[in-house]
Amino acid sequence: MTGPVLSVDDLHISDPRSGTELVRGVSFDVPAGGALGIVGESGSGKTLTCRTALGILPAPLRVTRGTVTLLGEDTAGLTERGWRELRGREIGAVFQDPGAFLNPSLRIGSQVAEVLRVGKRLGRRAAKAEALRLLDAVHLRDPERVYRQYPHELSGGMLQRVVIAAAIALDPQVLIADEATTALDVTVQAEILDLLADLQERTGLALVVVSHDLAVVAQLCTEVVVLRRGEVVERGATDAVLHAPQHPYTRLLVDEHNRYGLDRYLAPELEHAG
Amino acid sequence: MPAEPPLLQVTDLDVRYGRTTALAGAALTVHRGETVGVIGETGSGKSTLARAVVGLVAPAAGTVTIAGEEVTAFSRRQWRAFRRRGVAQYVFQDPLRSLDPHLPVGASIAEPLLLQGRSRADADAAVRAVLTRVHLTADLADRYPAELSGGQRQRVAVARALVTDPQLVVLDEPVSALDAANRVRVLEVLTELREAGTALVFISHDLGSVAGISDRVTVLHRGAVVETAPTRAIVTAPQHPYTRLLVGSAPTLTTGAVDRETRAELRRQLLTVG
Repeated sequence: MTGPVLSVDDLHISDPRSGTELVRGVSFDVPAGGALGIVGESGSGKTLTCRTALGILPAPLRVTRGTVTLLGEDTAGLTERGWRELRGREIGAVFQDPGAFLNPSLRIGSQVAEVLRVGKRLGRRAAKAEALRLLDAVHLRDPERVYRQYPHELSGGMLQRVVIAAAIALDPQVLIADEATTALDVTVQAEILDLLADLQERTGLALVVVSHDLAVVAQLCTEVVVLRRGEVVERGATDAVLHAPQHPYTRLLVDEHNRYGLDRYLAPELEHAG
Repeated sequence: MPAEPPLLQVTDLDVRYGRTTALAGAALTVHRGETVGVIGETGSGKSTLARAVVGLVAPAAGTVTIAGEEVTAFSRRQWRAFRRRGVAQYVFQDPLRSLDPHLPVGASIAEPLLLQGRSRADADAAVRAVLTRVHLTADLADRYPAELSGGQRQRVAVARALVTDPQLVVLDEPVSALDAANRVRVLEVLTELREAGTALVFISHDLGSVAGISDRVTVLHRGAVVETAPTRAIVTAPQHPYTRLLVGSAPTLTTGAVDRETRAELRRQLLTVG
């Protein structure tokens, strides 16, 4: 297909209890196989926007205007059953806390295999073989061993790999990673970001990388949208936004890295006195 | 200029929890007026090192010397007297830990001075002065911690640490929990502190967050110091494979410093070297 795999157009989300608009006019397109970054802090509306794209906007919040189009199909009329058909198959997601998505009392393997048995109607043996292939695809070092382990036996980085394996099990075309590396050590974060880049290259999976950290997004995404208090304050090619940020908030994010981060040493031409 | 002994000297420090060795042969030197970053991830021993410097854990071997006094040889009474003098102060990630929720923040800031026997009027004047130093208005002194934003609370915690005019401030992840605007404000305050000649030890899991204000960096990995060098050398010419992976994993706005293949190779090396 040639159009965007995910398209959000003029999205407005309101809280009817207070009458406040939490998201106001957010728009972006994610091209097939592309990578879009969404940068924003808590309260920016980034997570509500992602949840809308997944059909899991928490009640009583509601979309009051705008459209979310998945693989060319407007999602406005979807029933819960219709969403269940799409989730996993067309769009998947990983969030900050992988532990919340796994049942602590079930082995890792059976949980990944279950996704395949239900979603792809695979038999027991085929589901196990495919689950092992997926655990290997997310670079878990000993898939057979991980298959038999329980969530508490794995580190945070390993759990996030398992959740990514489950999220891509039904071959979705878009994966949303919402603060998926925020709670991890820096070297583990890089492993997960490398894995996502690798999946994008190998399988053509389109990525939506959502983070409070502009630099995390810059690692993976060619296009970036900056959200602040429910509105898009800046958008564009990542290079252009990094080199000539227009909005004061984006300038603050760039400036922080250039003054206090590694960029101070890596990009001496950007170093300013004081 | 005569060679001055270091303000903080940690030598051959071993800390064990039961049969687990948390720190083995750790060394750290901080000269007067110097800012040193201590970088390490989960299990690196960085929090143990901070606790040993503060006197919260007793080392199995080795010494910690602060301003010429061997604090590892202190009795409990000597520790109390040493703390009261306020030569070395500590700021933690969560400022709520050092601020009494039932006291106006001004009273919390004044407490170390009152313990030293200073007059109420004297302490109040010092509180106003130190609030200005951390870029807060003096009227904030009458508010309670719950009435302040996270960023204001962290600056109040820094103010409390500064009120005794310490020679050394140890900061454990002081900006990790803050949003961008507040991170930059706290980093600005710390930069001014450094320029005013206070020695800082900046403990963090993220090299990127402290590189810009550290003169030198000590890297901890699995309970041992793997590298200590001036910050520019650590960032541009790291020697140990772990330091290279850490630098190569820190998200930056400039891409391409370390590529995915190099990171993968470093991970393999660290697995085999152990």
